[in-house]
Amino acid sequence: MARTGPAERPLSPHLQIYKMTITMMMSIVHRITGAALFFGTLLLVIALLALASGKTSYAMVQAIYGSIFGKLVLFGYTWALFHHMLGGIRHFVWDTAAGLDRETRFKLAWATLVGSLGLTVAAWFFYLMG
Amino acid sequence: MNNNSHSIRTPMSRVRGLGAARSGTDHFWKSRVTAVANVILTVPFVVIVMMLAKADYAGAMKIVGHPLAAILLMAFITSAAIHMRLGMQVIIEDYVHSEGTKIVLLMFNTFFAVAIALASAYAILRIGFAG
Repeated sequence: MARTGPAERPLSPHLQIYKMTITMMMSIVHRITGAALFFGTLLLVIALLALASGKTSYAMVQAIYGSIFGKLVLFGYTWALFHHMLGGIRHFVWDTAAGLDRETRFKLAWATLVGSLGLTVAAWFFYLMG
Repeated sequence: MNNNSHSIRTPMSRVRGLGAARSGTDHFWKSRVTAVANVILTVPFVVIVMMLAKADYAGAMKIVGHPLAAILLMAFITSAAIHMRLGMQVIIEDYVHSEGTKIVLLMFNTFFAVAIALASAYAILRIGFAG
């Protein structure tokens, strides 16, 4: 018989009932940065196609990418790239069944966040100062 | 892995270990192989992009047109395109429950990844052969 109305049994709890932890946060951010990088590849393809098309189109891309808004997007892309990369390296560690205990999990999660921010700032520092 | 006599899985199906989707660990393994390639290729990619950011049009043509840079860029984009297709497939399967929409989105996902890889390869080769 088809059920009508709400289930009369306890339903499994969803995300909002748990206290947010750094490991949860980094898991979510890994997926978000992955999706961002998916669409971010368009930035690369557009630049390459513009360069292949000639001087005028490349100058246009340079102007847009070099603007404040363009730089902000590229800064975000840089961070997403490094964050997803370090998150991936964390997954390589877990693939060997290592680093799954509570303390190491938390350390790896923080290392991913701090490392990605550090690499992003370092890359932009080299670009702006070099 | 149900081994009791009530399982309707045949011994052969258990031995093959391909599961209901008939693909076994294929998706997982491809995502890891491309992930390793991506980590390695991210280093030259970031270096090339930083060089490009400092160059004018002629300089950029020279950088991308260099055989080593061209091959490394194409390798990175190919690996990234395969990797992102696998990742986006999981996102779609997790959140889109309507069968029709899901199939259409999975198709567009593949089209997008192939388009990204082909367009980049075309542009890079054209730049390389222009010099």
